[in-house]
Amino acid sequence: MAEAVFAVAAVLMLAGAIGVVASRNPVHAALFLVQTLIGVALLFILNDAHFLAAVQVVVYAGAIVILFLFVIMLLGVDKAEELRVEPIFGQRPLAAVVGAALAAVLGTVILTTADVLSGIRQSGGERALDGEATDIERMGRVLFGEFAFAVEITAALLTIAVVGAVVLTRRAARSDGAPAGSGSG
Amino acid sequence: MTGHLVLAADPMLAGDIGQVEVLLTLAKVVVAFAFLLVAVMLMIWFERKLLGGMHQRFGPTIAGPFGVLQTMADGIKLFFKEDLVPDRSDRFVFKLAPYLSLIPAFLAFAIIPLGGDFNSRAGEVEWWGRITYLQVADPPVGILLFLAMSSVAVYGVMLAGWSSGSKYPLLGSVRASAQMVSYEAALGLAVASIVLVTGGLSTHDMVVAQAAEGYFGIIPRWNIIVTGLVPFIVFAIAGTAELNRPPFDLVEAEQELVGGFHTEYSSIRFALFFLAEFMNTITMSAIIVTLFLGGPSGPALVSEIGGFGIAWAWGVVWFFIKLFVLLFCFVWMRATLPRFRYDQLMNLGWKLLIPVALGWFLFLVSLEVGRDRGWNTMAVTLVTLVTFGLAGLLLAQAVRWGRRSGDHSGGGGGSGETAAQADEPVGKEV
Repeated sequence: MAEAVFAVAAVLMLAGAIGVVASRNPVHAALFLVQTLIGVALLFILNDAHFLAAVQVVVYAGAIVILFLFVIMLLGVDKAEELRVEPIFGQRPLAAVVGAALAAVLGTVILTTADVLSGIRQSGGERALDGEATDIERMGRVLFGEFAFAVEITAALLTIAVVGAVVLTRRAARSDGAPAGSGSG
Repeated sequence: MTGHLVLAADPMLAGDIGQVEVLLTLAKVVVAFAFLLVAVMLMIWFERKLLGGMHQRFGPTIAGPFGVLQTMADGIKLFFKEDLVPDRSDRFVFKLAPYLSLIPAFLAFAIIPLGGDFNSRAGEVEWWGRITYLQVADPPVGILLFLAMSSVAVYGVMLAGWSSGSKYPLLGSVRASAQMVSYEAALGLAVASIVLVTGGLSTHDMVVAQAAEGYFGIIPRWNIIVTGLVPFIVFAIAGTAELNRPPFDLVEAEQELVGGFHTEYSSIRFALFFLAEFMNTITMSAIIVTLFLGGPSGPALVSEIGGFGIAWAWGVVWFFIKLFVLLFCFVWMRATLPRFRYDQLMNLGWKLLIPVALGWFLFLVSLEVGRDRGWNTMAVTLVTLVTFGLAGLLLAQAVRWGRRSGDHSGGGGGSGETAAQADEPVGKEV
């Protein structure tokens, strides 16, 4: 049962991931990204992390990719990209190097696990989210108990980012009567 | 094997899974599905008939008694019309979009408790020796599933407009996605208040909590009262906007956008969008009933007939009565209120609904904390309200300053409410 769900989720995610990279149309790439994210949500459910799965769909699929699509549609870049000219010099060789480095890191992580086939890193031991209560309650206790300060700092950081973005994009009042961008959406 | 898959996805029947459980689950799915389809058919007729009445005309009269078969006639007509796919469209996405609208509407309905006896049995019914709930699924994430589905539904509208390869649908869909994403925040904050007073996400638990002993023996313990009306109002407004129903139907504002995001759709694909819209209306009403109006809870007037326990059926009756009242209100709003302008819509969402919902949520939190610590409730209320009054003034002042420096013509608006109704056109928005 678990294996079947995992297989379906893995196929979904891998196909989505390849689609993101391979599709020429940015809107299609964004849709493949949604497919991958939904596969991740499936894996969360498989591991009894129901709350994370729901948040994954609400936040990533529902807000972040929607914003991607929004920008793609507004800027009108929804056509195949010209790929013969390298936009930034040296980008492609650098991408190959970084990709190889990432593959090395992932390979090391997989190969140094306690059990290579199942990927279990350690057997037994109490982890933060173990216990009797539901996953939501446990996560709430960890986030707002042990890591309350980190949560607050993150919240402050996000607020600063939003305020900064508004300040930077806001044009000062002009005298010719044209309304400056007071976008509220 | 299939049976195992079906039931493993359904957490309420934990334990040994046999044929009865499989059949029971299948029956529940089929009944919910059929109910939703029939309800949509009747809802479309009901809306047209009621609008007709409110406009001093007849509405549908020809097909069937009182025109009740009008929807079916329309459906058959749409089914046999030619299915056009525009030349400049993105064919696959164009065909996918209607389903992305329709399927979330179905899935969200699965978490709604449709009946059951909440007076003595906490909504459990015993059929064929199995104890179950009268709802398709009671997942641990409960109401979050509804929020997730409403965020997936944005894709249907957005992609429909984009893939049509034409200007008006694109404008309509960009509008729609901005509107739906904006109002989802207010919707989520209103839901958070309910989750706070319930202490859980499960829709079943919410109904159980609301079915408890009320106040003074007659006032029910519904969340609309427990949370103090404000989350209900915020949810109802944000829900209407989320549905793209009047007065928030800018997505398909005929004067500006022809048909909005589904301008290029015809035949059965258009019918699917239409179906999804009405299905979402019913699901949203059912969610409001579940969250705020006690769901299927209510007194069982006659608890058995000839030895058969029918207490659970009263839950169904109460649920339908509440649902019907809400659907009537949705049609009533459509017939009464003129459409918002786009900047008014955004101002209402961001400058009024979200701050109010957030402030009220924090107010409920402080009350809860005060109760926990044994503080004086009156003092807690007073201090919190004064704090929020100051915060509200600050916000209103910020909005006023922002407008003065951004737009030289200046603008009135002292409080959040007048700020939301301020009527300078906002140039940047689509």
